[in-house]
Amino acid sequence: MSTKTDKIDRLSELSAAKEDEHGVSLWTEALRRVRRTPSALVGVGILVIFVLVAIVGPWLVPYSPSELMGINEVRPGVIPGPSAEHWLGYDHNGRDQFSRLIVGARQTLLVGIVSTLIGLTLGALVGGIAGAAAGLGGRIGRAVDSVLMRIVDMLLALPSLLLAVSIAALLGASLTTVMIAVGVVSVPVFARLLRGAMVVQAGSDYVLASTSLGVKRTKIAVSHILPNSLAPVIVQATLTLATAIIEAAALSFLGLGNPDSATPEWGLMLADAQQYLDVRPGLAIFPALGIIITALGFTLLGEAMREALDPKLRK
Amino acid sequence: MTETLVEVDDLKVHFPIKRGVFLDRVVGHVKAVDGVDLRIAKGQTYGLVGESGCGKSTLGRALLQLTPPTGGRVNFDGTELTTLPAKQLRSMRRRMQMIFQDPMSSLDPRQNVESILTEGLQAHGLGGDRTERRKIIAKALDAVGLPQWALSRYPHEFSGGQRQRIGIARAVVLNPDLIVADEPVSALDVSIQAQVINLLEELQEELGLTYLVIAHDLAVVRHISDTVGVMYLGALVEEAPSDDIYRTPLHPYTRALMSAVPVPDPEVEDRRERILLAGDLPSPANPPSGCRFHTRCPWAQPTRCGTERPELRVVGTGAHRVACHFVEQIESGEIRPHTVKAEVIADGAGSKDAHGALETALETPGGPGI
Repeated sequence: MSTKTDKIDRLSELSAAKEDEHGVSLWTEALRRVRRTPSALVGVGILVIFVLVAIVGPWLVPYSPSELMGINEVRPGVIPGPSAEHWLGYDHNGRDQFSRLIVGARQTLLVGIVSTLIGLTLGALVGGIAGAAAGLGGRIGRAVDSVLMRIVDMLLALPSLLLAVSIAALLGASLTTVMIAVGVVSVPVFARLLRGAMVVQAGSDYVLASTSLGVKRTKIAVSHILPNSLAPVIVQATLTLATAIIEAAALSFLGLGNPDSATPEWGLMLADAQQYLDVRPGLAIFPALGIIITALGFTLLGEAMREALDPKLRK
Repeated sequence: MTETLVEVDDLKVHFPIKRGVFLDRVVGHVKAVDGVDLRIAKGQTYGLVGESGCGKSTLGRALLQLTPPTGGRVNFDGTELTTLPAKQLRSMRRRMQMIFQDPMSSLDPRQNVESILTEGLQAHGLGGDRTERRKIIAKALDAVGLPQWALSRYPHEFSGGQRQRIGIARAVVLNPDLIVADEPVSALDVSIQAQVINLLEELQEELGLTYLVIAHDLAVVRHISDTVGVMYLGALVEEAPSDDIYRTPLHPYTRALMSAVPVPDPEVEDRRERILLAGDLPSPANPPSGCRFHTRCPWAQPTRCGTERPELRVVGTGAHRVACHFVEQIESGEIRPHTVKAEVIADGAGSKDAHGALETALETPGGPGI
């Protein structure tokens, strides 16, 4: 008798314990999983340092990045290397390379974020409309989707660097141009991705269930199909940040970025350094390392998020 | 006879088969549902059985206008659904709900239970403010046997049986008249199946629900249904009160289907005749002429079966309807079963000889009694 009541007490305890606990949403659980992935933590660590440097760097640097302080020491074939005062030496105009590298992080981060946001916003808009139209809009919806996607296909067919170069050439060389060009190049990727995910979700049972409940189609698209299609887009955005930084550097390298070298930017520093590769290879190596490490940070985080958000990979 | 809630007349759902790179060309139609008539009485359960691919799920969805029918009429409590404008149809949906086979995929993984249950109420402007809605939801949770703390939980935190209960709660919270249950228990463990079936029966009693239960499990359908309809290749072949159809199946296809059910009595089980059908289900894109079943029917006759499509007609007394030209003769023993050579379904693949080896065999104790 007593064991039975014990059991009942135990049961009610268990159910009470369950009552306290709140439900765990998929996002919370994905975040938990990212936190448990070592490579994601490395990526986040890199990014935190990078962002901190980008924000506070300009106030910490020992010298102004644009002051031609060592111009007298720079001669053809001689660029002074690292010393106690100038940790990474001078650049070809006698400016402090270390200060330029630190200050340049800000421009690089800005280019990466702004261009990714441009791509994400435009791409998600086009992809979202196409996806919702294809999934729920009947005959007219499918026609809208077809038109939008053929336009996206045309964009996708052009080599991305060529597209970026033509946009940059059209708008003139500046940092804004680089951001727009890199952003526009990633539009088709985001559009296709979101549209594809939405079409898949539109065919799922819970969308049918909502329809049979009598929920409006627009509401189904916004509150069911879209949220369930965002995971791959968010992952792609993280990965695009990495490629955007590299592509922006490539455009700057080709001379389509900010022509004024007074505001340092890693891609432009790399471009300038190539002329002096035989004299001072260090000038190219450090901005290149910066680009690579930052891109690596975004990639590590993006890959970890992909795994955390993919229900098929759930452990 | 009780009042009729749903009247389906000559319902057809044909899916176009499209080919072509630039311009889609319709090269044919998959006739998933091809001329179905049925009546569902208020407060009753209509069980729909048939093998996979026979169109029973499509029939359920077409009835609810979730898949637009190609032809025919669906009358729901005096309202014609097939011609109803989208707006009225949407508000009509409150009265007809659906329960899905896979409880995981039919629940939005990013919605918690409260949001799942509120959605329908909001869509129809029911339940007033939040506190009142909470009361309605709490009642629905109670009715399906889920604890109140389930409200803040997400579908992935529940077991399969509990998820199906959430799906049922979502349907009953709107206080519907009709629930179409598409394989409501086939994704669940056998031990859980009985619980869910019993829950459906309790709810029917409490709320006066009318069910259309779609299943391939004959035992489930027998247990829950008042009337059973058997589908083969997009059409009903037999329809009768549940007990009748299990005791005396009349259509050759139903006979074959029923003969596959084991009997829990060893003596009867030993004497059980098993009719093994030869060949595969013909393609619904290119169904056989005349009687859909004549290519596999052990009782098929050279006349009529191949040319004339049998109508569902009343046989004997009462509500037993069968779509077979020769049902009386088969029943009286005038027509005896014979061996059927399997027909090759896929064109070009495999030789005819290999398929010819598959033959319908009628097993009776003491050797082939044909």
